[in-house]
This record gives sequence, C-alpha cells and structure tokens, in this order.
Amino acid sequence: MGPKTLSQVLRQVDFFSEDEDLLIGLGTADDATVYKIDEERAIIQSVDFFTPVVDDPYLFGQVAAANAISDIYAMGGKPVLAMNIVCFPSCLEEEVLVEILRGGAAKVKEAGATIAGGHTVKDDEPKYGLSVSGFVKHENILPNSKAKKGDKLVLTKSIGTGIYVSAIKGGLCEGGKENPAVKNMLTLNDKAVDPMHNNDVRSCTDVTGFGLLGHMVEMARGSNAELTLDTDKVPIMDGVRDYAEMGLVPGGAYDNKDNFIGDTEINNNLEEVMVDMLFDPQTSGGLLISVPADKASDLLRDLNKNGVEEAAIIGEVTGEGTKVIVE
Amino acid sequence: MKKIDAKGLDCPEPVVLTKNALKENKEIITIVDNEAAANNVKKLATKLGAKAEIKKIDSNFEVNIKKTEKNSEKDENKSEGKVYFFKSDKLGKGEDELGNVLIKGFLHTLLELDPLPQKLIFMNSGVKIATENEDAIDSLKKLEDKGVTILSCGTCLDYYGLEDKLDVGEISNMYEIVESLNSSNVITI
Repeated sequence: MGPKTLSQVLRQVDFFSEDEDLLIGLGTADDATVYKIDEERAIIQSVDFFTPVVDDPYLFGQVAAANAISDIYAMGGKPVLAMNIVCFPSCLEEEVLVEILRGGAAKVKEAGATIAGGHTVKDDEPKYGLSVSGFVKHENILPNSKAKKGDKLVLTKSIGTGIYVSAIKGGLCEGGKENPAVKNMLTLNDKAVDPMHNNDVRSCTDVTGFGLLGHMVEMARGSNAELTLDTDKVPIMDGVRDYAEMGLVPGGAYDNKDNFIGDTEINNNLEEVMVDMLFDPQTSGGLLISVPADKASDLLRDLNKNGVEEAAIIGEVTGEGTKVIVE
Repeated sequence: MKKIDAKGLDCPEPVVLTKNALKENKEIITIVDNEAAANNVKKLATKLGAKAEIKKIDSNFEVNIKKTEKNSEKDENKSEGKVYFFKSDKLGKGEDELGNVLIKGFLHTLLELDPLPQKLIFMNSGVKIATENEDAIDSLKKLEDKGVTILSCGTCLDYYGLEDKLDVGEISNMYEIVESLNSSNVITI
C-alpha cells in the first residue's frame, strides 16, 4: 500500500501501548519492532512478503528472504528465527513452491538464522516472504530517528532495482542470477552490521519500497533533521538511467513522489530521470546510515573491507527540520 | 493510426506494447487508466525521438504519439543490421556457373545472421537475382518476411525488361539507394 493510505488507515486504529518494554513500535515508522527482553538484550521482529519480482522461483525465494531479513540488520541486530509466509494458487505446480521455499531457506541459512515454521494460504497469485526475529544488544539498536546535524549519510548498495525489475518484466533484459539487479537484491545486508557498530553509527534504515528519497524523508521526519543529498554521489546501477528514460518506471515511484515530494527541496536543474530513480521503490535495498562525520571514512573503509564495495557517502545532515534537500 | 488499449495493465505492459507498436506504426494512441502509465509511455516516445502528448479523457489518459521523419526512417529493430549492395547477379569474378551457385548460398546464409541485414539493394545485373533466380527469390522472400527491406533499382529493371517479373521486394530509385548507401553500414557484394 502507499504510505498515505496506510497512515490514514493506521490513524483510525488505537495501537497505543503502555508496555514500557516496547522500545520501538509504530510511532516512528521504523523498519521493525524492538522489544526489551532483559537488561542486556531486545528482540527485533519484522514481516515482509510480496509477489514475484523475478520469474525463477528459486531466485524469487532468495530475494524475498534477503528483503525480509534486511529489516533486522537495519535495526542493528542479527536474525535468529524466521517463519515462511506463502500464498499459492492451486493451478501452479508444486515444484514451483518447492523452489521458492528452497531459495528462501538457502538465504536464511546464509544469514545464520533458522526457519522454524510457516503458514500457507490459497491465493490467485503466488506471494512469498517471511516473518523474521532477531536479537540486539540495547547499545546496538539503530533506529531511523537519531540522525544528527553534522552526520554524514552513507548508502551501502546501488539503487535502481525497481526500474530494473520493470525492464525484466518487459522482456528488455534477462532476469537470471547474472542480472545486476538480481545480484543486488540477492545480497544480504549482513556485512554492514559490524562496521556500523564499530564506528558509532547513530541511525540506520534500509532502503525499500519508498525509494531512497522516501526513506530519507522518513529519517528526516523521525530525527527532526534536514538531510542534504548529493545526487552525483548516489551509486546507481548501470543501465537504470536508460530504462528510466524509456519509461520503465514502476507505479510505486510515482506514488512515492506524490507522497514525499512535499518534504523535499529539489534543485530545479535536476533531470526528471534522476528524480524518478531517487523515488524508485527498491526490493532488498541497501542500508542508509547516519554516522558522525569524523567516523565516516573509517566506516566506509570497514564496509569496503567487509565486502560492501558499493558503499558511498551520499550526503549529510545539514540542520534541523524535516526535509531533504536534493542537490 | 493505431490504437492500443492498455487500460488495466500494470507497468511495464503499456510501455512494452507501445514500444512494439512503434516498430510498425507512425502514429499511435495508447490509452491507459492512470497517470503514471501515461507518463511512462510519454517518456518512451520521447526517448525514441517521437512526439507525445497526454490528454485526460474522463478517467483515462490518451497518449498521442507521432514519429518524426527521422525515426520513422530507421526501424529500431533493424538499425543494427547492415546494408548489402549487390551490383551483379553473380558472386565474385570467375565462372558464371560458380557465381550463380555462390549467390544462392550467400542469400540462404544471410537468413542465419543475427542481426539480420537491414536492407538488400540490387543494382545493374543484380536485379536479375530478385526476378529470375528462383532459389534466390525463395531466400529473399523469407528475408522479407523477417522484416528485411529489399530494393531493386527501377532503371535497371527497365533496362533488362524485367519490371513485370519482380517477384520480391520493392522498386526503388537512385535517390533512395544513394541515401541508403550513404547513411548506413554497407557491404558491397
């Protein structure tokens, strides 16, 4: 659902909780829920599932799992347990579901977690995802609402998966595991977690459905901060610009633009295609990190050393307020 | 004017349908039911060098697309292929019989090329290939079916009295032939 409709719906329901152990709930539009277990640890919970983004069921399973697990990393935690969520039509062969689940299981295993159950529903269209739980030490919790003036903003993956998936669906490129967008979506965000904890990172969120700019706006709102994005520095996958110019821009990008543009200040000279790419909804996107300026280069070095090669400094926190300036 | 009804279709379907239709039509109206799809179709048209306008009609959007002269000349799919210029009805210099066999084999093999040739142009005695050589004509027809343009020089057909016998492709003039040879990647046989 679009963020506007969703917030209208959620506003009408009373989710208020007096439970003091609920550390992060619905209040700050964060990536996942965080609940205190004891004085040392908290549990992180998140759920995500969607319709196939690629034709190959095994790859789809992996992408869906990488995407669902990402929320745990974005909160600074490590995943422990996962449950499958499956919607599946009776007209499709069982083999397809076997492949989807095999893909999901492989990715969860790669993340060091265990699938301990699940639930299936008969549906017209296949959908797959997971509910994932992870643990985090209190001092390691990374909400999306602690960005501070002077911080540098780091993005750990290139953007453009939504536009790329459109191109795959449109038959303009192959959707196999060699496709750069598929590779991008298959990559777990696990390698970014330790470098974040070792470099005093203040805030983190993963870039998914709202696009890079949408998630920057959410970070700005949550942190009461003004973020400035240097578009020249944003890593964008090769080929995405071409596809965007051809009009392979997913509907979600237009929704994101509608919903978030009010909280942005976009340089008039910026090309329309760049704005489209910045609002492109991502699947299993990278982490957007707010790190104290004097730690930014160390963080980048540690990320690179840990195999997060695309990581780049893409902007900074330039003041208070709730907007994103796009240069 | 080709109309494409893309109402109710999700991205990227309207764009893909329009892209395919633009290969064979100069004017297209694509009808979609949401603004995002209309913007995407317009972007495609602009990227391909065509003119596009969006009109809102009731709850739908019509995107009027017109190819400009420049891009209607070169069909997108064929643009990579080369132009083959045949100035004789035989391949190479030597025994006529061998030259005949070779030209048949050559045309047959062209069918396997990827990308296919963009155009085949026949001039001087080359026009005999498209009028008298049955095996060659068979290959040429297959090439034509796959979208290859086949042009025979009108003056040459006239000279050899073959105008009525042209079995495949179109009659062309010096202007068009010179344009093709000038603007493209040409291989002379």
